[in-house]
Amino acid sequence: MSMQPELAQREPASRGPAYRPWGLLAELTHRCPLACPYCSNPLALVSKNEELDTETWLRVLTEAAALGVRQVHLSGGEPTTRSDIVEITAACRRLGLYSNLITSGVGAARAKLPALAEAGLDHVQLSLQGVNQTQADAVGGLAGSHQAKLAFAADVTACGLPLTLNAVIHRGNIHDTDAMIDFALRLGARRLEVAHTQFYGWALANRAALMPAREDVVTTIRRVQKAQVELKGRLAIDLVVPDYFARYPKACCGGWGRRLISVTPAGKVLPCHAAETIPGLTFFSCWERSLAEIWASPAFEAFRGTDWMQEPCRSCDRKEWDFGGCRCQAFALTGDAAATDPACSFSPEHARISALATQESTSAPPPYIPRRAAKDVVSA
Amino acid sequence: MTAVTAASVPRLPRGVRLERDSARGIWLLLAPERIFELDQMAVAVIDEVDGISSIAAITRRLAQKYAASQARVEAEIIAMIERLVAQRVVDLQESA
Repeated sequence: MSMQPELAQREPASRGPAYRPWGLLAELTHRCPLACPYCSNPLALVSKNEELDTETWLRVLTEAAALGVRQVHLSGGEPTTRSDIVEITAACRRLGLYSNLITSGVGAARAKLPALAEAGLDHVQLSLQGVNQTQADAVGGLAGSHQAKLAFAADVTACGLPLTLNAVIHRGNIHDTDAMIDFALRLGARRLEVAHTQFYGWALANRAALMPAREDVVTTIRRVQKAQVELKGRLAIDLVVPDYFARYPKACCGGWGRRLISVTPAGKVLPCHAAETIPGLTFFSCWERSLAEIWASPAFEAFRGTDWMQEPCRSCDRKEWDFGGCRCQAFALTGDAAATDPACSFSPEHARISALATQESTSAPPPYIPRRAAKDVVSA
Repeated sequence: MTAVTAASVPRLPRGVRLERDSARGIWLLLAPERIFELDQMAVAVIDEVDGISSIAAITRRLAQKYAASQARVEAEIIAMIERLVAQRVVDLQESA
């Protein structure tokens, strides 16, 4: 008798080349009461009148379930801003899809929580902007957001829903990881994600303000690893390392077009939510095609498998583990989306971005560029 | 971490559930930010996890059903439940 290993980053080879997605990232809206400087949404945000209607989201969920999706991440922006969030959650349950609400816990979140729980919501992932009011409200850009979040978290655990806290780590809070762990325990969270900022969207625009010092990263990783052992069975802690300082790149999205399908608020269907930053790829909308057609479309095929790889990826024995890292980051940092992600120490660009990270983290931090609505986007 | 023993009573908390994946022809344990693929015997164990039965009771039922040695079955169930408890996917309550 044995339990199979948890599904790894890749689909077992025995299942052939016909990849099926496990997860759907449903970015229901870009509207959000917060303005976090590390927001991973694109610089050009979708406005309310461009958002998909309820009927289309229900069709997308039905098509996703048929395609093999098992977990739906209801995200945004703040997903509870959508007036149909309860209906969408109920549809997930009806279709046998595991629903994960990725929320800030502010705005409409608390008022809608009982109805969401009733509709069959499976899990809540709550973002954490800081461990105290001053810090959290400053990062989120909204006075009172921290108190609202605490009240929301208490309601989540009181109604018996599992709670995960997601803390994005950056230069402004990297010394607070112990306090974050205590905070998660006090709130009754089952899981904590200590997630170093990944530099996409607004976070890339704010990189110099967010980049932590290498020695702080090393110290933090050590402390978190110690807590993982000490708190085993009480709090499960996931650690996302900052990849500018890593030796190997992250297996971004579990590989392009392998495990994840992402739908933007306007209905664009993407292999990852940042994929539109790569030029030359045509991404279809769920208005015009089914998810199954789009899953097999050229943009999803572009970096699927390993045939597209160049050296040093092509002959690397890690290519089926990390897939050469992140395509969006490869493009953003080298101008070539098929290049090895410079986060990898085998990349010829690795020394350059490592030096860039060191230089940014040791200079005085510039002020944050706060996340803004579509109208007044900065040119970054 | 609380030790998992034959007296432990495992329970699936809200937000963890067993689902048949008909598209892939496999059984899955769906959990927060995790999906576990279960083989036939792991499904049999999870099926017995009801928040009332101790691991000893689950062991007796499965050892009989599959004509396997109690000691072996118990050791394997404990190892599997330990792993899930560590990840907060399964909760424990000690039986009286």
